[in-house]
Amino acid sequence: MYQYTEFDKAFVRARAAEHRDQLERWQAGQLSDDQFRPLRLQNGWYVQRYAPMLRVAVPYGEINAAQIKVLAKIARDYDTPDADLLADAQATQDKLPGPAPRLSTNCGHFTTRQNVQFNWIALSKSADVMDLLASVNMHGIQTSGNCIRNTTTDELAGVAVDEVVDPRPYAELIRQWSTLHPEFAHLPRKFKIAITGSSEDRAATAWHDVGLQLRKNTLGEVGFRVLVGGGMGRTPVIGSEIRDFLPWQDIMSYLEAVVRVYNRWGRRDNKYKARIKILVKAEGQRYVDEVEAEFQDILHHDGAPHTLTQSELDRVKADFAPPALSQLACTAEQLAKAEADVNIEAAKTPAFARWMAHNVKPHRNPALRAVSLSFKRPGHAPGDATAEQLDAAAVLVDTYSAGEARVSHTQNLLLPWVRLDQLHALWLEAKALGVAQPNIGLLTDMIACPGGDYCALANARAIPVASAITARYQDLDELHDLGPIDLHISGCINSCGHHHSGHIGILGVDKDGKEWYQVTLGGSDGKALSGPAGAGKVVGPSFSSQEVTDVIEAILDTYQTLREATTNGQQESFIQTLRRVGHDPFKAAANAARHPIQDAEAV
Amino acid sequence: MNILCAQEHQASAKTGVLELANDVDPRTLDLTGITRIDLQFPVFTDGRAYSQAFLLRRRLRFAGELRATGDVLIDQLVQMQRTGFDVAVLAEGTSADAAQRQFARYSDFYQGSAVATLPHFAKVAP
Repeated sequence: MYQYTEFDKAFVRARAAEHRDQLERWQAGQLSDDQFRPLRLQNGWYVQRYAPMLRVAVPYGEINAAQIKVLAKIARDYDTPDADLLADAQATQDKLPGPAPRLSTNCGHFTTRQNVQFNWIALSKSADVMDLLASVNMHGIQTSGNCIRNTTTDELAGVAVDEVVDPRPYAELIRQWSTLHPEFAHLPRKFKIAITGSSEDRAATAWHDVGLQLRKNTLGEVGFRVLVGGGMGRTPVIGSEIRDFLPWQDIMSYLEAVVRVYNRWGRRDNKYKARIKILVKAEGQRYVDEVEAEFQDILHHDGAPHTLTQSELDRVKADFAPPALSQLACTAEQLAKAEADVNIEAAKTPAFARWMAHNVKPHRNPALRAVSLSFKRPGHAPGDATAEQLDAAAVLVDTYSAGEARVSHTQNLLLPWVRLDQLHALWLEAKALGVAQPNIGLLTDMIACPGGDYCALANARAIPVASAITARYQDLDELHDLGPIDLHISGCINSCGHHHSGHIGILGVDKDGKEWYQVTLGGSDGKALSGPAGAGKVVGPSFSSQEVTDVIEAILDTYQTLREATTNGQQESFIQTLRRVGHDPFKAAANAARHPIQDAEAV
Repeated sequence: MNILCAQEHQASAKTGVLELANDVDPRTLDLTGITRIDLQFPVFTDGRAYSQAFLLRRRLRFAGELRATGDVLIDQLVQMQRTGFDVAVLAEGTSADAAQRQFARYSDFYQGSAVATLPHFAKVAP
């Protein structure tokens, strides 16, 4: 992974010192709350329902063991509310109807944008936490606020078998270019970039303000397909192609043009119309023409000073060379033996076979595999990792994955450099740690935002819904029989839980002070299984919190009734059946699962 | 960067001064005889004037004064300087005490700016 230079390290430390300066001025009354808010936000400090929330940047999801250890320390030592605060918060949550897990403390939370959040750190401790993060080159720079956010990418970047170009060096260069960009710190709204270098889009690029797809032309030259104006929220929009092949050297100049035109003309009168997607939709070709004119001016008037050089690309690329592993010697024979050994173990142990089938991905190096640790299990919110689990995960990352891991946008931790002959040993340790559920890509590997348990913006809770569905689908045979399904849950229309792109999406809405849930079907994040990116369609009026689990079950039962075998003898996936038969039978089943009378009796 | 208080700003000369709203495209203007342009920050989170400053200083090579006015706070001064402003009028009630140390905080930035155009990587390139 990228090795921070002395300049990079000093920069992160300076940012931590700047935050301390701002915090102290706020505490001394020299900065008002309104003045301090946008400053702390651009370092990842929100104030949420009960306490501040810190969002730590994990650039393009890549993280090392030492960094995970520091996150564990923060979870253990700082993610602890006062007893009174926690008791009051729990008492308030307990007034809401229905069963719900208790609020959790001393946890890190993996987010859909490959970052890590904490829910209970006092603002007065925030400068100490930033110093601690800086000690391992971490920070919260631009994890919030109306600026260019953390660039996200494919969790399999650099190891995927279908990769054309490793996106990580470009993601790192974009990180550097966008960090404290003086012109783009106060945009009309937040701005998210995603980048992929594989033939399959596992980074949901079309759902981002800018989506970048690395490709090679017929001459073998590297460039980007550039999409602009995608986004979720109140108005889900798929990004439109603005360039089919932009030479890699020009990417910063081109992004500068895209963002400058947005900064100048994006709407600022209504926050729901301020994202670039609205500008691109409203202006259409005019936006495209203006970006092109601005890009030409940057090239020809400004001298394009940010044009990437081969030597700079090479410098950054060198840091992303595969780690020196104590390689399993890989003659064809040794490889065949290692594979045979794994297969023997899998034949003996069905649970290991299941884990191999779902949590282990192929690798461009045939002697290695990419392994997902699943942070989706009963008793924890999706993506939550306790301090102890973070500490233990750091040891696994060191022992089995060359000290490197990825935070995935599905809120798990991926180990990208695991030796084939160490899979079984890793499985045993992951199992002991409670992160070996064989559910990656399945229903219970759901995405969910923190929702109304923590987030001040939420209209409804997401975690109790996730918890109820997880509890109902604990039978592994049933779960595996249902096959791959993207279930995405958001507690409000801001869509942090990506409900628009779920095969099944659940959106929390507030009606008369009560929690209701809108269910959508047929969304896609753009990966091969899901088909071209697109938003799901609503099945009908929203459901009560008591109904929603039954509605999901009715939808899944309908799938099991209607699915057919595909031509290759496999059963259709949920999304395939939905596409083939259409939404009507699913809608009918969902609406038939309402039980308002039963609810009235319960009240 | 020259930092002024509101009174000093009021007392400044008025000739050759253009006050520019932040939704005007500076490339449409005739800048003949203009020696100072006052750009506006109606609230400090409205960042349009940064792009105006960049275009004036870098694209149009405006050599006169670029003055930041409106909701100008200490923590935006460095950004202002980097996008081409050379004078800032602090918002009413803002003390300049904490200003100077902000300019000394970072040894350099990753990007080139409107005034120091080379990015960090180009400066340290072997």
